Amino acid sequence: MTPVLSVLVHNKPGVLNRITALFMRKGFNIQSLTVCITENPEISRMTIVMSDMDEAALEQVMKQLHKQIDVLKVTDLTDQAMVARDLALIRVSSPIAERAIIHSLIEPFRANVVDVGRETVTVQVTGDAEKIDALIALLRPYGIRELARTGLTALQREAASSADPKRAGEAQVLHI
Amino acid sequence: MPGMSKPADDETLTRSGEGGAMWMKGADMVVEALRREQVEVIFGYPGGAVLPLYDALYQCGIRHVLTRHEQGAIHAAEGYARVTGKPGVVIATSGPGATNLVTGLADAMMDSIPLVAITGQVAKTVIGTDAFQETSIIGISTPITKHNYQIRHASEIPKVFKEAFHIANSGRKGPVLIDIPKDVSGEEAWFAYDDPPQLPGYQPTVVPHHMQIRKLMHGLQHAKRPVVLAGAGILHARATDKLLAFVEKYQLPVVQTLLGLGGFPASHALCLGMGGMHGSAAANKALYETDFLINLGARFDDRLTGKLEHFAPHAVVAHIDIDPAEIGKNVPTDIPVVGDVGEALAMMLSIDVPAPDAAAWREELLRVKRELPFWWVQDGDRIKPQRLIAEIARITKGDAVVTTDVGQHQMWAAQFFPLNRPDRWVTSGGLGTMGFGLPAAIGAHFGRPDKLVVAILGDAGFQMTLQELAVIGEYQLPIKVVIVNNSALGMVRQWQEMFHGERYSESLLPWQPDFVKLGEAYRIPSARVERDEELASALEAFLSEPGPGLLECVVDPNENVYPMVAPGTGIHQMVGVKP
Repeated sequence: MTPVLSVLVHNKPGVLNRITALFMRKGFNIQSLTVCITENPEISRMTIVMSDMDEAALEQVMKQLHKQIDVLKVTDLTDQAMVARDLALIRVSSPIAERAIIHSLIEPFRANVVDVGRETVTVQVTGDAEKIDALIALLRPYGIRELARTGLTALQREAASSADPKRAGEAQVLHI
Repeated sequence: MPGMSKPADDETLTRSGEGGAMWMKGADMVVEALRREQVEVIFGYPGGAVLPLYDALYQCGIRHVLTRHEQGAIHAAEGYARVTGKPGVVIATSGPGATNLVTGLADAMMDSIPLVAITGQVAKTVIGTDAFQETSIIGISTPITKHNYQIRHASEIPKVFKEAFHIANSGRKGPVLIDIPKDVSGEEAWFAYDDPPQLPGYQPTVVPHHMQIRKLMHGLQHAKRPVVLAGAGILHARATDKLLAFVEKYQLPVVQTLLGLGGFPASHALCLGMGGMHGSAAANKALYETDFLINLGARFDDRLTGKLEHFAPHAVVAHIDIDPAEIGKNVPTDIPVVGDVGEALAMMLSIDVPAPDAAAWREELLRVKRELPFWWVQDGDRIKPQRLIAEIARITKGDAVVTTDVGQHQMWAAQFFPLNRPDRWVTSGGLGTMGFGLPAAIGAHFGRPDKLVVAILGDAGFQMTLQELAVIGEYQLPIKVVIVNNSALGMVRQWQEMFHGERYSESLLPWQPDFVKLGEAYRIPSARVERDEELASALEAFLSEPGPGLLECVVDPNENVYPMVAPGTGIHQMVGVKP
């Protein structure tokens, strides 16, 4: 299981350090972490993709996060209907002559070329991690020069939070 | 109030504002906040970055104890907190002052000791420039504090102090650090202290869920081999009376943790004593064979459980803890109860269920308790450390406050000093901090000046913080320093004997200072005792003298702590049980 946690925290200096220090201290590994401000400027949302772990370990992660005084809410999105997106910028070798191939490869991914040079193009793609991995694999034979990914950010779908309020409200949110 | 402009007449620093607010300098605010928190004693050490704060403290009416090292100050604050249940307060300067607090912060974090540590910081204008005595104590202390703050403007001081004391002394207690840049002390702002703390991310569950309590009581009535495990939560919750009432109502055998000692009377018939690595045969038998374990505020530390697969393998486990993260962390739990153990016990007492049919089990445990107590063999005229502890307990009638260091003598103290009341036992459990016992005794004295304080220390741990003898000497504090001298790092030596083929690598201390002269250098009456036949009279004279004292007790260096659950084995696999 690769858990995805959505964590609302106070938007204050040092909070990110508290969370990462907690992960280090407890030996929790993370695959990605995104942090950004929410609709409320005093609150940030962290979307944390954990490395594979069993349920007991995940429970401990959530409880430890909840112990942090600057953490307001911890939600486990892993088995939830969620909108989860990763964004990648991929600079790929692309001599002018081959450029049409790149375009045809990325088109089904609804990816865009956002920078064009003589030797390379930079492709922007958004989607879930599998989709981005697939595009990277397709482009790799052409020579990926540089790659930047944002990591996953996610929100619960409205259907999940409204259709079954008990599940959405209680089962995944850690109430302590 | 913050945000309101400065009053027109700025000569008056304590001019009244709206709602009783006062216009004050940052340093004066700190003192005022401490006063509002009813702090009666501060342990600390001044330095450059806290000069303005010490200026405000000068003749302020709150007692300040100048230790001789910041580590001494924070362990003293811990000792104070452990015997009073109130937060200990410590002040240190920036840089090395702050880093010298690190061991004490980690110790308090592990053992849930409420502390408020105030550190100076270089001025805001030079933070990040590697200024003189600058260190990022916020970064350093984040993993070893419950929470920490760096104040950016004096106007934050009232809110931060209010929150810090609240966080330190509620929920699962712990240390909170407040870092104050030097220039903040001179800033002026409004001071108001009446607003309750606003902490939406910190709402500890105090009252447990009644359904869980019902489940627990339902399980209890069907138990055949029930056991109560009483941890330090009993002491933090001040719930000793409720524990006693509950245990007597259902006639349940009680096992204690190292830090839970004193939470249940050692003299009680149902008390099996400490469990775990050096616990009693009866306690460990109970933990192994139980079919219904009620953990009241213990965190299933590895020194208690031994190898987890052999810990309470047949039991339904109920765990009551104020910290939900402790439940299920080490031991799978069938009945989790989040809340204060005092509240939980009150609810458990309010539900009447038939007492479990456990007379045979009880009799069996009490037989083991009777037949296999902690033991030693008196051979020759060397002082046996076990007897030394038992004699101290006898002479003080078990009513002294006992502080210990860490190692063999600590385990012997836990085994042979029967603690019948709470707030008499000050020891470093989770972190196992050598050097803790002497400064902790100083703090314990200021917390309970009416009680005799006996600091039981090893010869090695004593030498880690012995500079604090100066405080005992200076104030002539009624603290009795007992040095259990086996000329070794005894517990390290014991493990090397047992598990490393008697290769005593760096654990023997054949060269020792003259402890008697050392005590006398600090103007503390000091003596040495080496022969068993002199022990009782030497101790009686030493303990009955008013004022401070130091007694070096030269003990049998070959004595080991038994019984023992060797690391990596189960609690049913004890060695060294009384033959």
